[in-house]
This record gives sequence, C-alpha cells and structure tokens, in this order.
Amino acid sequence: MEHYNMNLTLKVWKQKNSQSAGSFETYQIKEVSSEMSFLEMFDVLNEQLIHEGKEPIAFDHDCREGICGTCSMYINGRPHGPWHGTTTCQLHMRAFKDGDTIVVEPWRAKAFPVIKDLMVDRSAFDRIIQAGGYISVNTGVTIDGNAIPINRENADKSFAAAACIGCGACVAACKNSSAMLFLSAKVSHLALLPQGEIERKRRALDMVAQVDKEGFGSCTNTGACEAVCPKEIEITNIARLNREYLAAGLAADK
Amino acid sequence: MLDAKIPAGKLEEKWNNYKGHCKLVNPANKRKLEIIVVGTGLAGASAAAALGELGYKVKAFCFQDSARRAHSIAAQGGINAAKNYQNDGDSVFRLFYDTIKGGDYRAREANVHRLAEVSVNIIDQCVAQGVPFAREYGGLLNNRSFGGTQVKRTFYAAGQTGQQLLIGAYQAMERQVALGNVEMFSRHEMLDVVMIDGKARGIIARDLVSGKLERYFGHAVVLCSGGYGNVFYLSTNAMGSNATAVWKAHKKGAFFGNPCMTQIHPTCIPVSGDHQSKLTLMSESLRNDGRIWVPKQKEETRRANDIPEEERDYYLERRYPAFGNLVPRDVASRAAKERCDAGYGVGTTKQAVYLDFKYNLINKYGRTEASKQGIHNPDQETLIRLGKEVVKEEYGNLFDMYEKITGENPYEVPMRIYPAVHYTMGGLWVDYELMTSVKGLYCLGEANFSDHGANRLGASALMQGLADGYFVIPYTIGNYLADEIAVKPIPTTHEAFEAAEAHVSERINTLLNIQGTESVESFHKRLGKIMWEKCGMARNEKGLKEAIVEIKALREEFWKNVRVPGEINEMNPELDKANRVADFLELGELMCMDALDRRESCGGHFREESQTEEGEALRHDDEFMYVSVWNYKGDERMEMLKEPLNYEVIQPTQRNYK
Repeated sequence: MEHYNMNLTLKVWKQKNSQSAGSFETYQIKEVSSEMSFLEMFDVLNEQLIHEGKEPIAFDHDCREGICGTCSMYINGRPHGPWHGTTTCQLHMRAFKDGDTIVVEPWRAKAFPVIKDLMVDRSAFDRIIQAGGYISVNTGVTIDGNAIPINRENADKSFAAAACIGCGACVAACKNSSAMLFLSAKVSHLALLPQGEIERKRRALDMVAQVDKEGFGSCTNTGACEAVCPKEIEITNIARLNREYLAAGLAADK
Repeated sequence: MLDAKIPAGKLEEKWNNYKGHCKLVNPANKRKLEIIVVGTGLAGASAAAALGELGYKVKAFCFQDSARRAHSIAAQGGINAAKNYQNDGDSVFRLFYDTIKGGDYRAREANVHRLAEVSVNIIDQCVAQGVPFAREYGGLLNNRSFGGTQVKRTFYAAGQTGQQLLIGAYQAMERQVALGNVEMFSRHEMLDVVMIDGKARGIIARDLVSGKLERYFGHAVVLCSGGYGNVFYLSTNAMGSNATAVWKAHKKGAFFGNPCMTQIHPTCIPVSGDHQSKLTLMSESLRNDGRIWVPKQKEETRRANDIPEEERDYYLERRYPAFGNLVPRDVASRAAKERCDAGYGVGTTKQAVYLDFKYNLINKYGRTEASKQGIHNPDQETLIRLGKEVVKEEYGNLFDMYEKITGENPYEVPMRIYPAVHYTMGGLWVDYELMTSVKGLYCLGEANFSDHGANRLGASALMQGLADGYFVIPYTIGNYLADEIAVKPIPTTHEAFEAAEAHVSERINTLLNIQGTESVESFHKRLGKIMWEKCGMARNEKGLKEAIVEIKALREEFWKNVRVPGEINEMNPELDKANRVADFLELGELMCMDALDRRESCGGHFREESQTEEGEALRHDDEFMYVSVWNYKGDERMEMLKEPLNYEVIQPTQRNYK
C-alpha cells in the first residue's frame, strides 16, 4: 500500500464540562502519515498542544481495535467518520487527503450529556441493560451446555445482534436521538435464543420503558442508525423489537 | 511466611474437599458484609455478579465509562474447556497437563487442576446466560484448536469470544445492580488500598469526571484489574490498561509473583511507524488455518504471491512437525524473531513474517464446500470463492480489521505479522484461595500470577478469568468472611482512610506541580523501548543490568521534568495517564530484577545464556523450580522470597513440540 503525508486543518469541539458552553477550535497539523489511525493523529496533535503549553483535547478511547465501543467521534457530519462499518479507532488517515479540513464533534443527544470536549456520558445504556437486558440465571447452573440445541440460523442471528458494542453511534446519527437500534439488538440477541424465551415479554416492556425514561427519542424508521453502525447491526432487529413489544403488550400476563 | 494453603489429599480431590470443608456465611450475615471489586473484565464482572447473587453487598469499580468496555472484550479466539464434545481424547487431566506443560512447569499443580475442573462449568454457565457460541448445523456447540494442544477444546464466537463472554458477565452483573446487590462506579480509578489492623478494609478511588478523591469501605477487597503489558508501551492491551491497582497493593504488602513472565504473542500486525499507539492482535485461532512462512532467500524483493511454493520456508512446520503451526506462543514468537534476525523478514521494515490462508482456504474449506454442493472437479477460482465464504464466517471480523489497519486484503495476499506483548503471566502472588499476602485482599484473573506459569496457552485467559470469578472466589472469600461477621462497617473518617487519602492527594499534587517540559507519553515511550529491547523476547545479564540503571534514571527524570497539563478537580486524562506511567516506571524495574535473577530460560522468559543447541529454551529445574515472590520493603527496597514448586503428579521434562 502506497503511503503519503498530509497537512490538515481540524475544527474540534471544545467544552470544559457539562455546565459550560462549548465552541469549535481550529488546529493545524502537519506531516500526518496515511498509515496513522485517526486517533493516532489526535495523539500527535495532543503531544503538539502539550508542548505548546496548551490544553490537549479530551476524547474517549480504549481498546483501539474496534470492539470496546469507547471511541465516539462525530467526524465530518457522520458518527465514526467516512468508512462504512468502522469505529473511529479503526478509521485510518488514508481516508483523507492533503489540505482537507476535518470537523470533529462529540455525540449529540439529550440522553448523552457532554462531559468534556468529545467525551459524553453514555451511562443511560447501562441502565437500559439493568431494566432487563439479561437472562435471570444465577451462577452454578447444572444443565450441560449441549442440553439446549439451538438451530444454527437463530444462533447466528442472535450472535449478529449481540455483536453490538454499545458505542451510541446509532443515537448520534438519528435525528430523534432514538436508541432503538441499540435496544433492539439486545432484545433480539436474547429473544432469538431458547434460554431467553421465558422472560421475553417482560424484557421487551421493561427495556422500552427505561429507554423512554432516559429521554431518547422515537424511531421514525429513517435507517440512519443502520447506515452508521460500526458493527453493521441490521434494522430488521427494530422490526423484531416492535413485534416483541406488541406481542408482550397484547398478552394479559406480562 | 509463604503458605500457599494448598489442601491436603489427592490432586483430583483437593477442590472438592476444600468446598466441602470451607467455612460458610449464612444468608442473613452475607447482607451485612461489603466487598469491593476493582475492575470489571471477565474476572471482576463475574466475581461481582456471583458475589451479588449470593447476597453480599458489592461495590464494583472500573476506570472505563461502562463496565462492558473492560479489555477482556477484545479477546478474540476462544475459551478452553475439557468437555470432550469432540470425542478426541480430551479430559480434565489432559487440560490440566497441557496447561502445566504449556507453562513450562512453572505453575502450581493444585491451582491448575482446579482450573481444568471448573472449565466445564463455565461453558454451561455461559450458555445458560445466552452467550451465542458457534454451533454446528445439528444445533450443538462447535470447537476449534489452539496452540500447544492436540485436541479441539476451544469454544468460540467468531473472532469475538471475549466480547460475548464479557457481555454475559456484564449483563449478569447489571442484573445484580438492578436488584441492589451491586453498586457500580464507572469512570473511577483505584489509587490506594486502605489497611486497618493488618487487613485490607477499603480503597481510595478517584472519580475521573470530577477529579475528587473518594473513600470506600469493604470487609474485603478483590482486585481484578488485569495485566501490566502496557509497561512496554506498545502492546495488544487497551490504552487504559494499567498496573496501578496491583502496584499500590504491592506497596501495601501484597507480594508480587514472577513479574518477569511476559507473553509475547506471535501473530500481531507489525509496527508501521513512530506514531504507533498500540498493536493489534490477529487471533491465534488463525493458526488453525493459516500457514506461517518466510522466503527461503534473504532480502527477498518479490511480492508474496509471486514467490513459488518451493521457495517458501514454512519454518514452524519444518522445525516442529508434530505441532506445526500450532506450537505454543512463546515457541512461535521466538521462531519468528529468529528468522527475521537472520535476515529473512518481509515487508518494508523486514520485521514480519507471512501468515497465509490460501492453502487451507482452497484445500480444506473450498473442497469441502464443493463436495457439499456436489461440484465435481471444481476449478481453482471456484475453490477460492467457496473457501472464502467459510473463512469469512469463521474469522470475518479479523480479516476486516486487518484490511482496515493495513489497507491490504488478506483473502488475496498473506497477512504480515510479528510478535507483540500480549499478556502477563506474572502478577500479585496469591494462595490457593486467591488471597494475596495481605489478609482480606484478593486478586483474580490476569492480575494474579497463579495458573499459567511461564507461558499461557491460547484461550486459557478467558477460562481463568471466569473460573476465578464465577467458581472460585464465591467459596474462598466466604472462608475468610465467616470470621468477619461481627465487624461493623468502619466509617471512612477512620484515620487509616484519612492517611491513605492524604498520601494519594500529595502525589497527585506533586505530579501536577512539576510542570516540566516532557509529556507523559514521551516517558512512557522511552520506558517501553528499554523494556522491549532489554526485557523483551530475548534477555541477557548485561542488557538487564543496563535496563535497571536506565529505568532508574528515567524515573528520576520523570519526577523532575514531566508536564501534566490541566487541573486536579476536573476530567483530566493526562493526569490519569501520569499516575499510571509513574507506577510502570517502578514495576518495569522489578520485572528486570526478576528476569536477571532467573538465569534459566522457561516459557516466555528467554535468557540467551540458557538455550539448547537448537536454540530452544533451556530450563534449570535444579536451581529455578520456584515462583519468585517479591516483597516491597519500603524506599524502593525489595526482597525476594521463593515458593518452591512441587510436582506430585506430573513429571517435568524438557518441552518438546517436535
């Protein structure tokens, strides 16, 4: 792969904390290698800022291999930037060219308040899981793993839904800040397995109620969430969630 | 002084006997007992969930913004268990044996046997939780092979096994949060252990959002904070992975076991330049289907696909015909280094070897698929197309990840890989009950030293994390807490809390007030370079002695000239990092001291002075059949104790994978 260097202009959202107002700051960065990851470019910029005696930019990141779901930058109007099915940390600078201006913002949603600069508070997702995103088994079960055969098609679909990394890009992309893709991925993961069958109705009702309580918006089926999901979670999960929710609501016992 | 508390009796009966005789805490008393769990990876989340289910009052802490993001999430290939679902000769004994042998006879028999015993329960537990493991068309669980074994005992979920297991444990823990049994503190970092009357009774943690120091009481403290591979700066660990919790515990009296035991993983994406912030693993499971080779000719300039079969050196298959590409990690890493050092490396830096899928893609998967679909005499193109589909199902996300990072398509050209720091077998010394040398202070998962000896086998880290959390600590902690039921929660206004917080606060103030000229990152990089060059894949006396001097000097410079921007009472990631790097600068030195002491080669610890004629690691059981146990004596003084390793069942031999 040919590599090249580039000079870039960055417009980055700076905000001291959740109480203060934020604004864009402009930075120049030179000699960025096309082999760098997007976050390594930020590392270099922060080193530069520290040397100049300025405040570095605060951003969330951890595993840098696209699986922990921590990184969360809104790059040029798109969560996680221009590459399809890719987290910010896996985006590499060969996606850009010399002279580009890149605008970087935090996730914007009422339910995700900004903590500092590009960092937001996504604890609402944890509370949604607490509302029912699990199978109620205590440690020490004695049923053999192979005592529950599972049709492979369902197991694969369940796995595809369970691949959600909880990054929140779906919420950030949605004009209503809806959390439906996240929620439906979890409901699908568990509803598609026989182990999840027993609590299926209660799970759907309780988790939807919690989503509403957290202040996420409604789903209007625009599909923006699916388009930006770094793990390519499918919107058909939302259809499944709607069915689960309806069925649970119609049932007399919940 | 060093009592591992290994129960008497036959090896295979020890754990059952222990469980049958350990003290219990009744349900009413459990509700009065508080337990602090630091870290929410596989060990921490499973421990918090299991202890919460039992009715203890648990407080769990993680520095990430959510418990689900702990670095266990990134484990790829799988989890071992002695289920013998494949009918290929597996058993608890064989898993135990493979683990001891894989660890080059430097782990405790009793701990490892227990690990093998509970491995089967882990799979049952995870399936019940809804972990979507890979399945056969008949609906039953599928397995794959990993290095250092000759059976298929690894359970997996594509290349995301760690993610699926962690989400299972995280969900179980969140259920306990909802029930009020676990209180979760995310974006909190533990900065000290609080000791009262010789027992661990709490922690000082920093709320990373407000920057405030907070005090938490617990009748017992359980550290599950992971490994310390980030001492090397470049590793497969997450950026935030750190040793601070265990290092603080060490300085409060918890012994450190085998600090030099580091695992260098053979298959990682090579370094591309100075900007590199971390290294990415390509799962060991790829060695099921990938063949490792370098050109037979030095300074080869042709592209991989242009080099004919007969001019390729499949050096693992050549040197180790019995295990081939599936030799243990330490062996595979050294073999890659040997080829590159000898001038056969590939890629622009020449510090890489090829991992090639073409052969199995065509011959194994392509042919099977063709046969399934009734295609007779398929041409090469059809075989490649059919094979690709299967490989995509097995490892799809790994291939995508490789392409995003390197810009090359691994279905078309071989991957370029090189060894990288991945895991630390060393960690806090614990006894059979997973208690450190400090009463009431436990250590689980990668953070302890106990099960992997000098080298961990692939797919065993997930097994150990969950074994410790789900199936060991719920029993062993009760044995301690049964004697603590009369202890009322100690108010955090106690002088020990005051003193610990004052100490932490002073250090943070010092760090911020230095206002030197060099960034935290630059010190970390320099430390990493010393460690990699002198305490990495190959070590020798001269290099280690130099490293100790260099690290001391670097540490001194750090405390004089580091620049930490920002303020204390705010979100300040640079300050968080400074705290962690300051601890790495001390731990790195201890690792070198330990490596210097161990004048033998074993597992991942390769002393150049101690090798066979063929360049294999040469152990000296007569002199070094012990766990090195380091005791911090204050003022940077260390004392080394030895825990002798007694093999009662297994007869240690020179490992042979040929």
